[in-house]
This record gives sequence, C-alpha cells and structure tokens, in this order.
Amino acid sequence: MDREIQFNLNGNETTVVIKDHWTLLHLLREELGLLGTKEGCGSGECGACTVMVDDLAVNACLYLAVEVDSKKVVTIEGLASADGELHPVQKAFVENGGIQCGFCSPGMIMSATALLKENATPEEDDIKHAIAGNICRCTGYVQIIDSIRKAARAEEGDTVRVVAWQDD
Amino acid sequence: MNNLSVVGQRIPKLDAAEKATGRSRYIQDVTLPGMLYGKILYSKYAHARIVRIDTSRARKLEGVRAVLTGTDIPEIRMGVYKDNPPLKSGKVRSYRDEVAAVAAVDLKTAEEAIRLIEVTYEALPAVFDPETAMKKEAPLVHEAHKTNVLKMPWKLHYGDVEAARSEAAHIVEDRFSATWVTHCCLGTSGCIADFDHDNHLTVYSNTQIPSLAQKDFLGTLKALGLKDRRARVIKPCIGGGFGSKLDTYAYEHVAILLAFHARKPVKIQFDRKEEFIATSTRQPAIMNIVQGCDENGRLLFRDIRMILDNGAYTSWGATTPSVMMLPISSLYRVPNVRYEALCVYTNNTYAQAMRGYGNPQATFAIESAMDALAAKAGIDPVEFRRINANHGDEVTPQGFRITTCGLAGCIDKVAEALGGGKRKKGEGVGYASLVHVGGGARVYKSDGCGTLMKMNDYGQLDLFTGATDMGQGADTVIAQIVAEELGLHIEDIHVIHSDTDICPWDVGAHASRTTFVAGNSALGAARQLRSQIVKIASRVLDVDPQDIRLNDRMVISRQDPEKKIELGKLLRKSHFSPGGNMLMAEYFYDPDNENLGRDFKGNLSMTYTFGTHGARVRVDEETGKVEILRYVAAHDVGRAINPLLLEGQVYGGVMMGIGYALTEQVQLEKGEIMNPNFRDYKILTAKDTVPIAAPFLETTDAEGPYGAKGIGEPGCVPTAPAIANAIYDAVGVRIKDLPITPERVLAALKKKGGDDTCGIDPLTEKVYDCTS
Repeated sequence: MDREIQFNLNGNETTVVIKDHWTLLHLLREELGLLGTKEGCGSGECGACTVMVDDLAVNACLYLAVEVDSKKVVTIEGLASADGELHPVQKAFVENGGIQCGFCSPGMIMSATALLKENATPEEDDIKHAIAGNICRCTGYVQIIDSIRKAARAEEGDTVRVVAWQDD
Repeated sequence: MNNLSVVGQRIPKLDAAEKATGRSRYIQDVTLPGMLYGKILYSKYAHARIVRIDTSRARKLEGVRAVLTGTDIPEIRMGVYKDNPPLKSGKVRSYRDEVAAVAAVDLKTAEEAIRLIEVTYEALPAVFDPETAMKKEAPLVHEAHKTNVLKMPWKLHYGDVEAARSEAAHIVEDRFSATWVTHCCLGTSGCIADFDHDNHLTVYSNTQIPSLAQKDFLGTLKALGLKDRRARVIKPCIGGGFGSKLDTYAYEHVAILLAFHARKPVKIQFDRKEEFIATSTRQPAIMNIVQGCDENGRLLFRDIRMILDNGAYTSWGATTPSVMMLPISSLYRVPNVRYEALCVYTNNTYAQAMRGYGNPQATFAIESAMDALAAKAGIDPVEFRRINANHGDEVTPQGFRITTCGLAGCIDKVAEALGGGKRKKGEGVGYASLVHVGGGARVYKSDGCGTLMKMNDYGQLDLFTGATDMGQGADTVIAQIVAEELGLHIEDIHVIHSDTDICPWDVGAHASRTTFVAGNSALGAARQLRSQIVKIASRVLDVDPQDIRLNDRMVISRQDPEKKIELGKLLRKSHFSPGGNMLMAEYFYDPDNENLGRDFKGNLSMTYTFGTHGARVRVDEETGKVEILRYVAAHDVGRAINPLLLEGQVYGGVMMGIGYALTEQVQLEKGEIMNPNFRDYKILTAKDTVPIAAPFLETTDAEGPYGAKGIGEPGCVPTAPAIANAIYDAVGVRIKDLPITPERVLAALKKKGGDDTCGIDPLTEKVYDCTS
C-alpha cells in the first residue's frame, strides 16, 4: 500500500510516498539516490547500512521506511557541515587510518557518531561495544577504534594513541 | 636518504575523505541507462546429470529479456586449468555450479524468472574427501580427465632427504590440516557488461586484475565470434579484495553473454549469500611433515607431502603450492628439502587466491613442527629459530636470492616484547616466523606494471598506473614516491587506476607486489619527468643540470640558492613559448626476477619480506577457550613508505589471521555450504580485537622504491602457528587442525588427561576410535 510520510532527512524536511514494505535502506538508496549508505548483507549482520534515526544508530536494511515518519534521519551524506567541513568523526577516520576499502566506513562512522552523541567520553570498551555490529575486514578495527577515541578527545587536544596498541 | 619529506610520512589515504563522506562509488552504486538485472540459477545437487532444463515459463514472464543455459552459449573455459564453463551443461559437479541465467528489467523479475526455470536432475554418486577421491573406485568429477588427480604435479627436491634423515639427531613427524575460509569482502562481487553498437565491450567490475580480466573477456568475445572487438575494463572503487578478485568468475562472463543476447547493459550483483557460496575460498590442505635437525639444533631436512582438495573446478587455489614452496624451502636455512603436493577433484567448492596464497597453510605446518622439533631437541623455541635464521646476501637452495633479511632482528624484537613477565597458570607464549615475496613474484611471463604521467602548467601531475587500489593504499604510496622524487606535495598528485582504456598494463594486485613493482614503475616515470624539468630549468636558470634540485614545488640551484623558480612558472614559460612542450613520461617496470623452472627453482622475487609473530595466550582448561592477551607482529619492511598505512596492513592481516586460527570455517556438509552468512561464519568483530603491536625493521632494500618491500600479505601468514604454539606452551596440547576451536582444545586436553575422547569430531565429523 502507498503511504505518504514526512521526515527530516539530513536537515531537510522531506515528504515521500512509500510502500509499506520498503526498508529505510531501499528508500535511501533506490528511491532517493543516497548511495553513501551501503548494503553489505541485507540482514542486519554487518552494519554497513547504519544510519541515525533520532540520534540512534539503526540498521537501515532492517528498519522499515514507514517508521521514520516525523523523525530525524541522518545519513553519511548529512554528517559534514554545509560548507564541506568534515564532521570530527569523519576527520578522525581519515587521519588515523580508519578507512581502507571504505565499504564499512559510512556505517562505522554513523555508529561512532551515535555513540559520541550519547557518550562524549567513551572508554575503549564502550567504543568496541558501539561498533560490535559493524564488520570490517580490512583494518582489524585497530585504527578504527583509535579514530573514534581521537574523535572523542579532539576537543581536549589529546593525541595519545589507544593504550591497548602501545608497546609495554 | 634521510632527508625525505614525503616518503616515510603518515599520510592519510588519498581517497579517505571521499569514502568518509559516502561519495565513493562501488559497483553497488553504478547503474547505466536501460540497464537490465541478471540472476544466476545454481545447482541443487553436488553431483548430478542435468536431464532437462525447461526455461519456457521464465521466457514468457513479462520483463524478461534473456534466458541462457549451458547449451545456449559458445565454448568458454575459465580458470588456470580451463575446466570451468560459465554455464554448465550435461552435468553439475558442485552446488555452486551455474545452471542457467536470466536478464530482466528489474531484480524482482529476474529472481522470479529464476524460480520459474525447471531443472530435472539425476543425482550421481559424489565425493567430498580428497583422499577418498584419489581411490580407484571413487566417482570421477570430470570423466574426460580420467582421474580425479590433477595433472599438475608439484614436486620440489634438492639435497638428499633420505641421507639427512638417517643422520638427524632429532626428528618430528606430523599431520596438519587447514580448512576452507573465505575473504568476506564487505562489498560483494558484481559487474556490469555493456556492448556498444559495434559490439565493443565495456565491463565494470571490481577486479584486482584489470589487464588479465580484459584478456579473459576478449576470450569470451572471441567465443561469441567477435574476435576483432575491444574489451574495456572499468574498475569502480573496490570494497575489499584479499585475493578474491584475482580470477574472472562465471558471473562476469554470464553478464557479458546476457548483455550480448539482450542488447542492453546487464548488471549482476551478488547478495551476501551468493558471495559465500559462489565465490572462492582459501585453499584447504592436508599436510604431512617430517622435519629433522642435528644435535646442535641445525635443521637438516624437511619432507612435506600435501593433498589439496581442488573442488570441482580449478582456479588459483591449485597453484598455491608454488608459493608454499617458498617457506618450505626457505623459511630458516634447510639444506635438504622434498615437497610434493597433489590437487584432487572433489564435489566441493573450489579455492582461489587469498592473502598469503598458500603461505599461511604451509607455515602452519612448518612452524608448528619447528616448535615440536625444538622441544624434542631440548632447545628453547626462540633460540632454535635464531640458530636456523636466514641471513641477508645469500641464495637459498631453491634459488631465492635473499638480498636483505631482518629475520633475526624480528625474532629478537618479538621475544623481547613477550618473553619476560610472570606467567600464570594456563598462560603461554608462542612464536612463528614468515618469509614471503616482497619484490614482486614472477608468476606469469611478465611481472610488470606501466605508468604514464602528464604534468600541467601548474606543476600538478596526473599519474596513470596499472596498479589496483582496493583499499590497501596503492594510490597513496605511489603518490608519495612520486612526490618525493619531483619535490611536489602529496596533493599535487592525482592517481588514476581505474580504466584499461586509460591506464597501462599491470599483471594484478597480488603477491604483495604493488608497492614494489608499481612503486618502481612510478619512480621510473618520475625520474624521466624530472630529467625533462631539469633540462628546462638548466636553460632558464642558466645553471648546470647536476646543480638542480626539486623541492617544495620549487626548482633550485644547489650552489646558488638565489637562482630558483617556482615549478609552475617554469612549466608555463616552457609551454607558452615557440617550440613549446608539455611534460609527459612513461615507464614500464618489469623486475629482473625469474619464473620457477621445471625443477621449481628460480629467483621468484627481487627481494623477500621476513617477519616474526608472537602471541601470549590464556587457555581456559574448563571450556577450551583461547584468549589472546597480547600479540606482537614484527616485520622487515625494507622501508616504511607510509607507516600509517603499513600498520593498517599488519593490523588487518593479523586480525584476519587470528580468525583463520581460531574461529573461521566455511562449513561444508556433503558439498553444501551450511553457514553462508555473518551469523554463522565467525569473522571477528571489534569486541574480539586483541592488543597488537606492529613494530617494523627497516633494512632499506637496494631494489625497492626508496628501499621498500611488500607487506600486504605477511600479517596473516604466521598467525595460526604462533597461536597454536602459544596454546601448546600454555597447556601442553598441540592442535593440528584449523580452526582451533574450544571443542578441539577441550578434546585435546581431555585426551592428554587420559579421558575418553573417542567419538565424532563435531567440526570434521571424523570418527575417533575408542580403542586407540
């Protein structure tokens, strides 16, 4: 059945007619052409499709489009500021080797951003927990965790590497 | 060489911001006007005769534009052994056999059409174990081949193994096995095939071998009667490679065939389940090893026999013994070596290249047996490895010329990091080393890579390389090398590596060769460009060419630093004057390495990468669970062109290696993959990360660009034996089969304790006799 929904997408009020069975991922990628959000498995196992709905990280492949009605959706395309300045999480991923093939990166960055919104000073275990649903095959997660830690500490000017990776 | 300004810097990957903002386009994101969606029907049996295929209902479905079966297509044979047609006819030999394909206006219609194809099979007896498949009475996978054993004998022998064996003071003999694991690229495989009006073909594919794929696709064009047509390969951003894309697959050829018949572009995009069942695995192996040393702990011989489950068709997995020979003959000094490997057809899935290319399997057997031999000789395992370590400037008996070798330094680094400290009950430390090709690998007749470059009037460079970046950072490393040579900033260099119509030839992103080979190729072109700049500057500044240096976008006289000109200004002067010129350069670098000869000897690579890994583990004796407390992976990298990306390669490799050691397995039950998803195939997550240190030694190899060696694969090579050795050190049980699951550790602990361990291994279904 067709249904009209209205939601805030990356800062813009958006009205679309959707079908009830569409996932948010389908709406974003196939209907709205926002290709930054990736599909890695289509069944909620890999996290590549993670976006934020009302500041919470969700798997867009499992989330029905109808559920975003009157909510706020942020995708990877909506993270940088309007003038192109990277979001601190994006910047940290770029600078600290958090990105290799990049296929997991949009979802990983959205999960990290949602974490920092909820907890501005996460411990290493909090970071690991927050991205436990985001699979990465390239990096071994080391530099991703490092990136998130640095994004969290960016304002404090902390440039210390993640404790776990340092030599004793 | 210490005054480097770009090489050696922790420069972020050039395309990282594009990827961080979701702008990068992967095959998933590419569509063409009028594009159709292709789908493949796979076999329902591991081995069966195809009695009849009825496609009539599929053809009648609205929106279907092409339906093909094995009898509709010309003779096309894929793979190294040319035994694999893209659509099968007559019979199927594995569950991943492609039986039919459709193209339709949308994915849903294509899927519906696939469901409407009716195939009648007549099941045939099948064989799933390579040792059974070698028996005379075993069913034949390929009748025309007359035997299940491939006519691809891998035999290396030098010295006198029998004599050495009789002289040896200590000998160990054992059997190890490594099972199927798979690449798990986050971006699944896919391609689009598109013919123009004149039947020239363009294929968009996330391949690691654009030039070789182009050759394969030309073969398919030829089979279609289009011998004189062109094939262009465009490579979108690749969502992970790890060797999975080193061959062309059926889906690529099927897309071409569908596009040819439908006269429209056709896209085939794998879903995750298809990625698991229809792409290839790492080569499994059964490995028997005998190894002996003298009373002083010097290795005297190694004698290894392997049986490789080839699966139903032959891709690069069958050639992994060529790389297994490297550690077998040259990991540590071994004067007498014998190695034989047989590849055997079964009705299982078939293997491909995967990061390390046979080396992780062979090193698992070798390094596990090294520890056992050290124990037998009563020598500390670290000391045992020091005694036998390779050295620089020597030729190994297989003919590998070791130029620089930091192995002893790596052993020391790891031992120092892990050796000390109190050890609690259930804790142990294990070591394993590696040797891998670090300066290309002459697998094909050419190991070359071409570079073209042109510089604009502002000193900005467009660099067209044959190299493939799939996330490892080839683009960035090449740019750093060129920026260093030409006194440019990293942002002045635009690396293009995506299109066979634009970029020169390259043999592919394999064998950890890209930094070395593509780096040297780019360096060669940059040197030519540099000499053109110097020539112009010498005239304009009126100084001797020898006197000129390039730095920070400036051209400067060394003698008289007042004589200088901004590079862009110089180029504009040169361009916009009578008889003006543009700066362009080309270079093709083909290293002076050798193909292995008929005796499998020869200097395969220009230089060799060494390393040592060590793990400190805790084994829970109640549950069999292994916890890695600390992991150290030291490598001789020649020179770190970019330590940030280098560490990324090592961390990523180690975590992939830990998965190989402890958790990952493609579970086949009578040829059928039972865990084609991330729920049941246990790839490690962020919660499974362990503290990893990745120190590196710089030996500045004379052949490498700025001294660099390749480091793409080594991270996952000695991981499994380092962990297995640590488990032995911790609780005294040696696990000989991968993955080292808690069940296996527990069973071994019970057996050691004298408990009843008979029954069926839950992973292999092997029955252990209760009387033995």
